[in-house]
Amino acid sequence: MGDMAHAPQQRRRFLNSNATQRLLAFASLIGLIVFYSLASPNFFKFENMVAILIATAVTGILAVAVTFIIITAGIDLSIGTLMTFCAVIAGVFITMWHGPVIVGVLAAILMGGLVGLISGTFVSRLKIPPFIATLGMMYVAKGLSLIISGLKPVYFNDTPSFALIAMGSVTGAIIPGFNIPNAVIIFFAVALLSAFLLNRTILGRYTFAMGSNEEAVRLSGVNVDRWKTIVYMVGGLICGVAGVVIAARLNSAQPSLGQGYELDAIAAAVIGGTSLSGGEGTILGTVIGAFVMSVLVNGLRILSVPQEWQTVMTGVIVIFAVYADILRRKRA
Amino acid sequence: MRRKRLVTILIVVTAVLMLGGFAAAQAIYIPVISKGFQHQFWQAVRLGAEKAARDYKVVITFEGPENESMVDKQLDMLQTDLAKNPSAICFAALDSKAAIPLLQEAKKRKIPIIGFDSGVDSDIPVTTAATDNVAAAALAADKMAQLIGGSGKVGVIIHDQTSRTGIDRGTGFLGQMKKKYPNIQIIGPQYGGGDQLKSTDLAKAMIQANPDIKGFFGGNEGSIIGVLNAVKELNLVGKVVVIGYDSGKQQLDAIRSGAEAGAITQDPIGIGYKAVEAAVKAIRGQPVPKNIDTGFHWFDKTNIDDPAIAAVLYN
Repeated sequence: MGDMAHAPQQRRRFLNSNATQRLLAFASLIGLIVFYSLASPNFFKFENMVAILIATAVTGILAVAVTFIIITAGIDLSIGTLMTFCAVIAGVFITMWHGPVIVGVLAAILMGGLVGLISGTFVSRLKIPPFIATLGMMYVAKGLSLIISGLKPVYFNDTPSFALIAMGSVTGAIIPGFNIPNAVIIFFAVALLSAFLLNRTILGRYTFAMGSNEEAVRLSGVNVDRWKTIVYMVGGLICGVAGVVIAARLNSAQPSLGQGYELDAIAAAVIGGTSLSGGEGTILGTVIGAFVMSVLVNGLRILSVPQEWQTVMTGVIVIFAVYADILRRKRA
Repeated sequence: MRRKRLVTILIVVTAVLMLGGFAAAQAIYIPVISKGFQHQFWQAVRLGAEKAARDYKVVITFEGPENESMVDKQLDMLQTDLAKNPSAICFAALDSKAAIPLLQEAKKRKIPIIGFDSGVDSDIPVTTAATDNVAAAALAADKMAQLIGGSGKVGVIIHDQTSRTGIDRGTGFLGQMKKKYPNIQIIGPQYGGGDQLKSTDLAKAMIQANPDIKGFFGGNEGSIIGVLNAVKELNLVGKVVVIGYDSGKQQLDAIRSGAEAGAITQDPIGIGYKAVEAAVKAIRGQPVPKNIDTGFHWFDKTNIDDPAIAAVLYN
């Protein structure tokens, strides 16, 4: 897929640009883990590690989705409620229409792609600022979820295999006792695939280029509108995956859930070194960022720190991470 | 320089947290996981839980998701708390079905589960500490009948027909009316989702269709605020008997000013206290009843400032 002429430049970016920030995020993640392990015997237990992994999976997938969009210097506020909308779509196909599970899953993911495509069109062709276009889409997706579900959760009780998508364990079947929930495996698979898209394909190259200097890309003859729409569509598809995972985890599509999740995802991407001004970011960084957020909260919970303070600490970490990013830029 | 200061801060924070961690590790630990956190109602539950923790010398944490839709965040809390080897868990499920796998895990590990408020819809909890909403709404019906003289039309607005509280309050009020006051005609019930604006519109429509309506019952705070708005907008303040549920500043003001005749209040502090108390009993192997009624009170202008009532009201 890669165009050979661009490969060296690609590699250089991969190595240098975000390395410090990612290193910093990674160091704080290790630091947090070491610290919590010393502070409580309950932290570094297999059971709690699984709790952290599963708590990260959904936010992590959303963070990967939004990373694509932030790199183009855009933003997508609709990812949280879009996830919910896709979950409800899975519920419609599987529970209401008694369709096969696989059809429901595909429908949910494709619906995510379709909504992403619409958001992307608003942004690229109609020139509506991403913040506003996706804010609007956030409400549309939320409203549609409520309408379609009739304001009630849609349960997947007739199809026990659906819950296994998130809560079953492929690893447990291979290595007995090593029960990593599938939701986590899906998260890592989405991350790997996205890293490939971003670093090894023309889509990834244009994603970075549009974020760095959109006008230059346009002038060099690239159909910016089309590629930008595609990026939003990819983000939407990934949100569809998140929708399937959360529905499978809860064994239900909860129509009023979702708002607020976009902010956690955006924070994870930023902690991981994705620049809100576009042109910079990595999937690995985002994955680390998502873990920083969930490990932080999990550890504070393990230490019985009151919930108000958990929230304060999360905020402090986000500000810290962004400040570190600014420092790095100044030095560079 | 900067790094040095940072290291110092880190060490201090570590020391403080570790001390906290060790202190928590020694005592009986009971996490209380509620359906919400910053709402006045849940903070009152927290007060009660903390009081019980002091009385029984146990350590608790009180947590809940930011809003009542975040089912997965609540499960994350439950899963993390399970990793802390608690002696018991007090839990108010946002979605009972979604929580079942984790609760079964707790049961397998012999950690007693105490349901509170809406509880958990399953046979896993040892007991559930909650308001007897059917009896509480029946009391509201009695008061209504008394205030309108035993006959006439009464409008009913409930928050929804799916949640436990919505079902219980609706059937409690309607059942009592049917059984004891055959001369009272019920209009509705209509369901406003607990939304003030929607409930306002519903109440207005009911008044337009029944100009001779004598009273209104609202099943929760949002519903009754809606009724109060409608009554005010149609200039019927004082002409319609309004009876509500729970508290909240607007409702308390309306009761003080006479726009609302009175309301039923649950005892959120009692809910928190009795949940933790039941957990302690379950840990000690003492018998606990399957359901614990945490009590409710009728309050109006005359007793709103009584210490016993004021303690369970929230703004």
